[in-house]
Amino acid sequence: MAKESFFKPFYSVLVLAFACSFLVSLASVGLRPLQESNRALERKKNILLAAGLLHGDTKDKDIDTLFAQVEPRIIDLATGAFVSPETIDPKTFNQPASTNDPQLSRPLPKDKDIAGLRRLEKYALVYLVKDKGKLKQVVLPVRGKGLWSTMYGYVALDSDLRTIDGIAFYEHGETPGLGGEIENPAWEAGWQGKKLYDDQGKVALKVTKGASKTKGEAASYEVDGLSGATLTGNGVQRLFHFWFAGQGFKPFLKRLRSEEGKNG
Amino acid sequence: MAETTTRELLLRPIFHRNPIALLVLGICSALAVTGKMDTAFVMSVCVTVVVACSSFVISLVRHHIPSSVRIGIQIMVIATMVILVDQVLKAFLFDLSKQLSIYVGLIITNCIVMGRAEGFAMNNPPKASFIDGLGNGLGYGFILMTVAFIRELFGSGSLFGVEILKLTSNGGWYVRNGLFLLPASAFFLIALLIWFMRTVDPDQQENN
Repeated sequence: MAKESFFKPFYSVLVLAFACSFLVSLASVGLRPLQESNRALERKKNILLAAGLLHGDTKDKDIDTLFAQVEPRIIDLATGAFVSPETIDPKTFNQPASTNDPQLSRPLPKDKDIAGLRRLEKYALVYLVKDKGKLKQVVLPVRGKGLWSTMYGYVALDSDLRTIDGIAFYEHGETPGLGGEIENPAWEAGWQGKKLYDDQGKVALKVTKGASKTKGEAASYEVDGLSGATLTGNGVQRLFHFWFAGQGFKPFLKRLRSEEGKNG
Repeated sequence: MAETTTRELLLRPIFHRNPIALLVLGICSALAVTGKMDTAFVMSVCVTVVVACSSFVISLVRHHIPSSVRIGIQIMVIATMVILVDQVLKAFLFDLSKQLSIYVGLIITNCIVMGRAEGFAMNNPPKASFIDGLGNGLGYGFILMTVAFIRELFGSGSLFGVEILKLTSNGGWYVRNGLFLLPASAFFLIALLIWFMRTVDPDQQENN
């Protein structure tokens, strides 16, 4: 082989890097619409899953029909009031992205930030499940830090706004097989019927270490932890304590309760 | 090497020069994705596509690759292929891509891909390199599917998600073997497979 010139490695790498990045960006831009629609479908699926409306044999094409009974609404987290669809469109509102927008979010002080979020958005997208005009369930988006990653999920509350109907975690980077089991339907099923608030209106839900041994009334505030995933379980518990307290959905739930009370 | 036929190039890596069993490359993903047949199958297809295509491209430009930066260039080609495969999976097979999660991205570090690029594609014409990549992908797939077959059958009582042995948890008779659900079981299975293959084909045994 002839002696290589000094510059050859540089320009051959440059040319190849250019060709490769061209291919990658082509694929990424060209396939984005399909990937976005997959992600939107996945989100809807998880909302339905948390609400217990999704069954094992539900086909992808039925998701939209099922989703018709779910009404997305934007709320102001601080006051708990609904924001009209004219101000912010629930269809285009991107809640995760809004946490990076200084106009739409605020930094959390360290002592308040128990779920490890750093920034909290001003508005949140919630889903009201209605049956013949009457509120049946509320599905709320939650997130918080586990052991390695931020865990994203939905929590469905019964119309009493105190009892959990179901949860679904849909994105996380916890250890597969240990903390990753938070997305296991068998574990998530154990959340059904658990009570979020105690009689004083404080968040009382606990994720125990291992299986819960409590009996009777107190057991409805305890969820079995995952063995080998104590830290992930602590993260899940903290995110519930964050999102259902004052800075989270509590003002909204309070307002909703009084409104629903008036309606009958 | 010149006389090796296409047929040999394609079939030899499946049994006689299997990348997992003989060269012991690509073990990491062989442990991780063999719990279910369908993930193992998609992973095998992905790896086959990546090895074949990256070997082809590298062989195509092999005379222009300066030897001082060849590893970097190989990795760049491989990484591009892997990202393309990952993007396609996310667009068309979203559920499976979620199950495979990080393992598709980790094909980049799968030693088989790099091993074939450095060991074969750098010195051979594009067509032969493509076939060689295909063969090695199939050899990888063969081990993956065999391990996944055993693990899914005894661990979950099913194949490709279809129930074969009725589990006691569903009111059947079969008590699932939890060991086969854990990645560690793949270690034993691969070891047994290597033992089996070296007994059948003594050429694979090292002389020491």
